[in-house]
Amino acid sequence: MNILFYILQKEFKQVFRNKPMIAIIFVVPIIQFLILPLAADFEIKNINIALIDNDKSTTSRLLINKITASGYFRISSIENSFKQALKKIELDKADLILEFPANFEKSLYRESNQKVLISINSINGIKANLGGFYLINIINEFNNEIQLDLKPTSQNFGGIDIRTLDWFNPNLNYKIFLIPGLLAILVTMVGGFLTALNIVREKELGTIEQINVTPIKKWQFILSKLIPFWILANLVFTNGLILGYLIYDIVPKGNLLILYCFIDIYLLAVLGLGLLISTISETQQQAMFVMFFFMIIFILLGGLFTPIDSMPTWAQYFAHLNPVKYVIEAIRLVMLKGSGFEDIIPQTTAVFLFAIIINFLAIINYRKTI
Amino acid sequence: MDKIVIKTENLTKRFGAFTAVKDLSFEVHRGEIFGFLGANGAGKTTAIRMLIGLLRPTSGFATVAGFDVYKEPEKIKKNIGYMSQKFSLYEDLTVLENLKFFGGIYGLKSEAIKIKSAELVEKLGMKNIAKKLIKELPIGWRQKVAFSVAVFHNPAIVFLDEPTGGVDPIVRRQFWDMIYEASESYITIFVTTHYLDEAEYCNRISIMDEGTIKALGNPSELKKNFNVDSMNDLFYLIARKKI
Repeated sequence: MNILFYILQKEFKQVFRNKPMIAIIFVVPIIQFLILPLAADFEIKNINIALIDNDKSTTSRLLINKITASGYFRISSIENSFKQALKKIELDKADLILEFPANFEKSLYRESNQKVLISINSINGIKANLGGFYLINIINEFNNEIQLDLKPTSQNFGGIDIRTLDWFNPNLNYKIFLIPGLLAILVTMVGGFLTALNIVREKELGTIEQINVTPIKKWQFILSKLIPFWILANLVFTNGLILGYLIYDIVPKGNLLILYCFIDIYLLAVLGLGLLISTISETQQQAMFVMFFFMIIFILLGGLFTPIDSMPTWAQYFAHLNPVKYVIEAIRLVMLKGSGFEDIIPQTTAVFLFAIIINFLAIINYRKTI
Repeated sequence: MDKIVIKTENLTKRFGAFTAVKDLSFEVHRGEIFGFLGANGAGKTTAIRMLIGLLRPTSGFATVAGFDVYKEPEKIKKNIGYMSQKFSLYEDLTVLENLKFFGGIYGLKSEAIKIKSAELVEKLGMKNIAKKLIKELPIGWRQKVAFSVAVFHNPAIVFLDEPTGGVDPIVRRQFWDMIYEASESYITIFVTTHYLDEAEYCNRISIMDEGTIKALGNPSELKKNFNVDSMNDLFYLIARKKI
């Protein structure tokens, strides 16, 4: 135990003497928190419409006004033919074409039945989907209003009235969705990268050889490498929570103790991964590349940006093997929904299993011989 | 005094089809300065690594400080000091912090570490540099500190793998004074070197080539036996054959 104390003392001195590293650890989150949530926003605005109004009636004008008033759309050009409009799409000057047929108003009121044509540029799938969805919603709403005008006495009109209430993130603010995920990534990066790089650096410098000829025990060495970064990752997480509050006014709804307990169990898995990677890498570059490989898969398949529910089935199965998925879920549950411990038992069990398996592999892989 | 501290019999290490060390057999006595010579790639480092428990031998037998290299490598590690070819102190720690760290992991008490460090600082005249980071020191000082760290816990044997590489003649001289001093307090010195004048300072030397020992004995006896005037000639005679 005494020996562990000496090693820890040395590790802490080294970590805190590495000033640029400390700066990076605490500055990176600030930049991530300031830039990412604002830039990586899936709310689609400024969708450009190439308009072909063959009708030029009051009704078509009314509908166009309603569409532009929504704030999502902008009439970027008014064209005479579909061909011309398509050219705008090809030049990327417009995202979708909206065409009103001639006699739109007339037949709408006379036959109470009319069609508009929407052609969407689907190169950007998300923009196309959401844009089309918004537009159809607006047109439907407009349609209902007109129907009401036409048949004000009709009682059986309407049927089921659907109203959506948005809970937990009432303003559909994407930032609130993103911040807990960013916290998870932050902790993963600090825990995983720093641990792996620290150990591999000792390999590169040759100091590990010196350590390996001392009577130091395997568990002492491993603990001395894990504990400092475990503490550092906790500091970074706290820093992230404070930034989330200061910048976006996000206050965790759930119990902070539960949040920290979960993060600390999760950290065991991440630190173990760093350790495992350090046992199979000889240089810091190798460790970086292997770590990047895991990180990119973890982040993209972890539900940070795209919900796991909307991934193909095989990818969803794959996501079960991704510890980042569980931590993002758990942080969102506790921070946004105020979930208690019972609600995150599945996630806790999963990361706990990860921690055991990864650390087991790392420990059997770490050798004091070469 | 004549106690054997290192003993090997037919110690062999193969890496795949390549035999790095072949049938190595020798003995080193307590308090001796044993020079372990050989050209680059002759198998010196591999042999040392087997003796200090970093590498498992393929076959053969060896004991270090009375412990078996196969069964008790961790016990060997308690009784030896090691200074590797690659510089291996922590450059971002000070001289005193390095002493404290290595003393600590060999199980020295905090009081003992303080007293021994103070003595060492006094003896080597490093009052001015004791609180400097290792990376701020010139290479000569670094090597002296590294040696002090290797013998700080009073090991039975200290292994020095090319300890004076890249060091100027004055520091080399001082370094060998330190080695003699350690030897006087019955620490056995096992040293590899490329400087053949240093070989003359050893009680006994062995010259390795292609994984085997080609010559073993007292430097002046060896010169007589091989009928050469200097260690240089002896070394050329043995190591140049293959070219």
